[in-house]
Amino acid sequence: MKMQKKSVSEWVKSGDPWVWLNAGAVAISVIMVVGLLLLIAVRGLGHFWPADVVQATYSLPGDKAYTIAAERVESVEVTSAQLREAGVQLPDDSEEFLQRTLLKMGNRDVYGADFGWVLDKYLSDIETPEMLFAAERHEWGNLYGYLMSVKEDGRIVSETSDVTATASALATWAMFEKSIERAATIHDDIKDIEKYDIGKINHALERIRLKQRRFELDGELTPAVEADLAAERSQYDEAYRGLQANLAALYQQINRDSFVVRVMDGTEHEIQVSKIVHAFRPNAMGVTEKMGFYFVKVWEFLTDEPREANTEGGVFPAIFGTVMMVLLMTIIVTPFGVVAAVYLREYASQGWVTRVIRIAVNNLAGVPSIVYGVFGLGFFIYFLGSGIDEAFFPEALPSPTFGTGGLMWASITLALLTVPVVIVATEEGLSRIPRNVREGSLALGATKFETLWRVVLPMASPAIMTGVILAVARAAGEVAPLMLVGVVKLAPSLPLDGNYPFIHLDQKFMHLGFHIYDVGFQSPNVEAARPLVYATALLLVMVIALLNLSAVTIRNHLREKYKSLEM
Amino acid sequence: MTTPTDHRMPELDFNTPALKRHRKLRALKDRTAGMGIAIGGSSVILAVLLICFYLLYEVAPLFSSASIDEKASYSLPAEEEGESLYLAMEEQSEIGMRVASNGSVVFFSIEDGSVIETVANPREQAVSSFTVESDTSRLLAFAYEDGKVLISKHNYKTSYPDGQRQITPFVDYPYGEAAISVADFAIKKLAIRDGDDGLTIAVSGDTESAILKVTKDVNFITEEVELTEQRETLPFIADINSLLISGNQRSLYVATNAGMMSEFDLRDFDNIRLKDTAALIEEGASLVSMSYLVGKSSVMVADSSGRVSQWFNVRDDATNEEKLHFIRDVKQPVALVDLAMEQRRKGFATLDERGLVAIYNATSERQVLDERLSDATARLISFSPRANSLLLEDSKGMHFYHVDNEHPEVSWSSIWGKVWYESYPEETYTWQSSSASNDFEPKYSLMPLAFGTLKAAFYAMLMAVPLAICGAIYTAYFMAPALRRKIKPVIELMEALPTVILGFLAGLFFAPFLEEHLAATFSILVVLPVGILLFAYLWSRLPAGIRWMVPEGWQPLLLIPVIVFLAWFCLALSPIIEVNFFGGNIRGWITNDLGITFDQRNALVVGFAMGFAVIPTIFSITEDAIFSVPKALTQGSLALGATYWQTMTRVVLPTASPGIFSAVMIGMGRAVGETMIVLMATGNTPIMDFNIFEGMRTLAANLAVEVPESEVGSSHYRILFLAAFVLFIFTFVVNTIAETVRQHLRKKYGSL
Repeated sequence: MKMQKKSVSEWVKSGDPWVWLNAGAVAISVIMVVGLLLLIAVRGLGHFWPADVVQATYSLPGDKAYTIAAERVESVEVTSAQLREAGVQLPDDSEEFLQRTLLKMGNRDVYGADFGWVLDKYLSDIETPEMLFAAERHEWGNLYGYLMSVKEDGRIVSETSDVTATASALATWAMFEKSIERAATIHDDIKDIEKYDIGKINHALERIRLKQRRFELDGELTPAVEADLAAERSQYDEAYRGLQANLAALYQQINRDSFVVRVMDGTEHEIQVSKIVHAFRPNAMGVTEKMGFYFVKVWEFLTDEPREANTEGGVFPAIFGTVMMVLLMTIIVTPFGVVAAVYLREYASQGWVTRVIRIAVNNLAGVPSIVYGVFGLGFFIYFLGSGIDEAFFPEALPSPTFGTGGLMWASITLALLTVPVVIVATEEGLSRIPRNVREGSLALGATKFETLWRVVLPMASPAIMTGVILAVARAAGEVAPLMLVGVVKLAPSLPLDGNYPFIHLDQKFMHLGFHIYDVGFQSPNVEAARPLVYATALLLVMVIALLNLSAVTIRNHLREKYKSLEM
Repeated sequence: MTTPTDHRMPELDFNTPALKRHRKLRALKDRTAGMGIAIGGSSVILAVLLICFYLLYEVAPLFSSASIDEKASYSLPAEEEGESLYLAMEEQSEIGMRVASNGSVVFFSIEDGSVIETVANPREQAVSSFTVESDTSRLLAFAYEDGKVLISKHNYKTSYPDGQRQITPFVDYPYGEAAISVADFAIKKLAIRDGDDGLTIAVSGDTESAILKVTKDVNFITEEVELTEQRETLPFIADINSLLISGNQRSLYVATNAGMMSEFDLRDFDNIRLKDTAALIEEGASLVSMSYLVGKSSVMVADSSGRVSQWFNVRDDATNEEKLHFIRDVKQPVALVDLAMEQRRKGFATLDERGLVAIYNATSERQVLDERLSDATARLISFSPRANSLLLEDSKGMHFYHVDNEHPEVSWSSIWGKVWYESYPEETYTWQSSSASNDFEPKYSLMPLAFGTLKAAFYAMLMAVPLAICGAIYTAYFMAPALRRKIKPVIELMEALPTVILGFLAGLFFAPFLEEHLAATFSILVVLPVGILLFAYLWSRLPAGIRWMVPEGWQPLLLIPVIVFLAWFCLALSPIIEVNFFGGNIRGWITNDLGITFDQRNALVVGFAMGFAVIPTIFSITEDAIFSVPKALTQGSLALGATYWQTMTRVVLPTASPGIFSAVMIGMGRAVGETMIVLMATGNTPIMDFNIFEGMRTLAANLAVEVPESEVGSSHYRILFLAAFVLFIFTFVVNTIAETVRQHLRKKYGSL
């Protein structure tokens, strides 16, 4: 007994417990990082999986029973006290703990809300009927129900009275799928016309208006000029009328088909096929089919535009906006950062001034990003931007061109935010280059600039690349300053398109990080948006992880390349 | 052209014209590149430093004083009508208006004083008293010897004939051109108050006082307005200086020349009672005027000693009744003559016997101007509606001034000190920046935001510092090198995670999770360290054969399953704890039994999320500092017989402590400036409470929310820039200290 006690105190005295506690801290940190990444990955990837739709009867005591069809979202255990607090009527003899499930019931247009919590205990007759289908719609969220008939111009072309997989039900389903495909093709055509052709005309008309205003401001608006402009305008108007007629015909065609669906409360609704994006019967799908559907959904997420206040559809404009902004920022930040570092290290005389500047630049990397945002808004947008507007775009006033947030200002603001990163990394690279390499080059008669250009900079390129990529990674994840200088929740068009001048630097844009904030926190239907936010977050994490990894790889590769020099 | 003749020794000629040209070109290239780099480099550095100066440039106007300059001066327009009782200007400061002592209303051009129109007193009686409802309503009230009151309004119509703005003044009579009969005695003093529901007129004569209430009833069907009048007599008070009816027409204040104020309760109009009395001025002085500041909440009292005091209603705890309460005062050395109120801000100007005009702001208690404008007997002053010009009348005539007074509502003390705002029961620190109405008193105290910032940073550091430093100690000193190469990048990967993702997870996943598993969260805090220690002890009891399977420095791998199990265990146990100790609902228990407010998005959530964001920063700098402690030191210590842990605490940590300090400082700088996490994981309410279950609003989040909406150049905009500047300076200073410490440390190690 005495032995035992002594050894405990000895064990404490040896300091081992502290070492173990420190080891615990490492373990906790690792668990947190990995857990967080796993959480995002699981939730983000799970979003695209076509989950089974269950049908069940739900009867709360003291309430009348009804049938529901829904996807399970999540399940938690709650105490009955918490439920009572929340206003759920429970019988007095109910258990302490109850399992509660969040269901996605869809049919928002019929039920009013598309999500609901149920208590598992009161669910009965749970089944997954094969003919129960789920449909994604352009608006009102998902639809769950049984297909009863498909109509063309109000005339029934196929119908069934079965909710089981009979031949007539399957035939109707096949008809339905065909009809959806047809509607999707027409839908694409309509979108093409509306977006590209009409967008082009609108853009041209706006340019004519601005031209006219410009002439007016310069006092050169003669009747001849006016007639020219009017002729030009009427030409576009003509084209517009033609497109309009095409559109009308397409709309007529797309609205030809409709179908009748029976939802869980037994009512039947007639809905136009053109409202449907996808329809599928998850319960009848095998794993391979589900996989196929999964990849279709992932592709759609990456390449489509958002629908329904950003809660459905894809994030393509946000990806595009992020990439554009980061590219522009890189183009700005790389030369300036490198030049500044070269100046500091190679040209400026080393003294206390350079030391102070070095510390200042270093510390700027630690200044909160929102401060850069405030600076960008005040200096670039309100000060420079409105000056540019008055000097170069007086015809567009009072609506601002550069006097409001946009791609260019956002890129410059982020370039300013990340330039210390590039400077610091480049300087570090420059300081590692041995003196004798430089002296060798100078001794051979090269000028200082030639030494710099041919010898020093190539050797410092791994460091420069590292700096740039770290800057890019930081810029891609930064949201706070962008909220002030030009990011919007929904941009009407991409900043790069077929209309003159092709790159629209003054345009507002979408951004993945802001998309997460906006959809997660400003969306009217948070529950519906949540999986999409996880998916977007996963995408952003992957992009940034990729950038960081490539930073490491490129650095190693370049190091390898210049290794012989470094002896 | 020379050709080499000596074939034995081929000589290179470096001075051919082509080579010379080439050399020249190279030298030129070198020079231009050097210049270009110098210019480019220094301009990039300047641009970066520009941030600091630009922020200051936007902030500076906040603290500059007002200026005033005379634009015109002329003799009294329509002098024959008599001295003025009241002066006013229209919105654009193009037309002035004065009410002459004989009751006529004179409109004149501000620029040169030429009379535009004189509207004579419509009644044959002489005006015995005059008052205005308020500067903003432009209602004028004339009282006569026969006990009648006429209400008129000076009004302006703007038209654009041939694209030129033209303003036409006119007088109209909203309550009819006939005078309203209020009393049957000669009126000496009067007060009126107009509102949506009706009008109240209080009058007083030599021996009597009376009050009239006109109620407007709008017929819902015909939309006809029906006026009902009710007259009551008031208890008479002798020697009255002013009457004032409150904005809601529920109180009448009667002040005597000696400054005694009596408040009558008008709510029960049939039974008017004396509610309260108070001495408004110090003994010996006499009252000059009593009037409302814009918003009709604060009563401003000017007296002959040169003092202006501000009073407003404050609820008395004892009687639960609202009473006029003295708030603050300002003082000029000589007697005051007139007081003018700004119409859109809580500002006012005093005019004293010397002709000196002082402009103040009530909220910020700031005097922005103090200038002697008149050397004659000064009589009246008035602000234009935009408060950008001032009209002054003295015995020499009329003077017109431009006033440049952009930001009077901000002062150093109102930003960082407690301020007693209108309708608040006491002095507070409050941030409430915007409202649609001009009557609103903006509350620009940065204290709640600074407090919120520090609170968020405190909880984040509470979480991050122990984990990061302990982790760094282990990684740098105890961990096996092979494992260290893998663990370090993993933790540093955290740094690259965008904070918007952390914020979103904190707000949408962690906050509800925490609310549901409060018991688990707190038990984890206790169970984890105890569990780890217990496991470590049991491990040390194991036979050596098993222990040696895991070499020294790989303990974290052993602990990972242990920690996961313990966390799962706590989560599983959580409902049981909740049911047995907290009645099944720990949240309800906190709110009801402990009386602590509980928000779902609270400081605890922010602490976790932001702690997570700060850990990698602190970790990697600390790890560097510990790792770079010279091996000679630790080996010496070990050779002398110290254990590893003793070496750690007695040798390594003291040597590395400056580095750890700078790590904590840099982490703190990051926590203070973090925006997205706080924005998404708290409710963003600017409260000052250290409660861990309540949210906060930080400077950074406030910027993100309010900057896009604030009007460029307004006080609000500049205050936000001040907040940005504070953040900038704070982080800059913190980082500089950390950086200097680190460089110092590096030097020290270098010598070892």
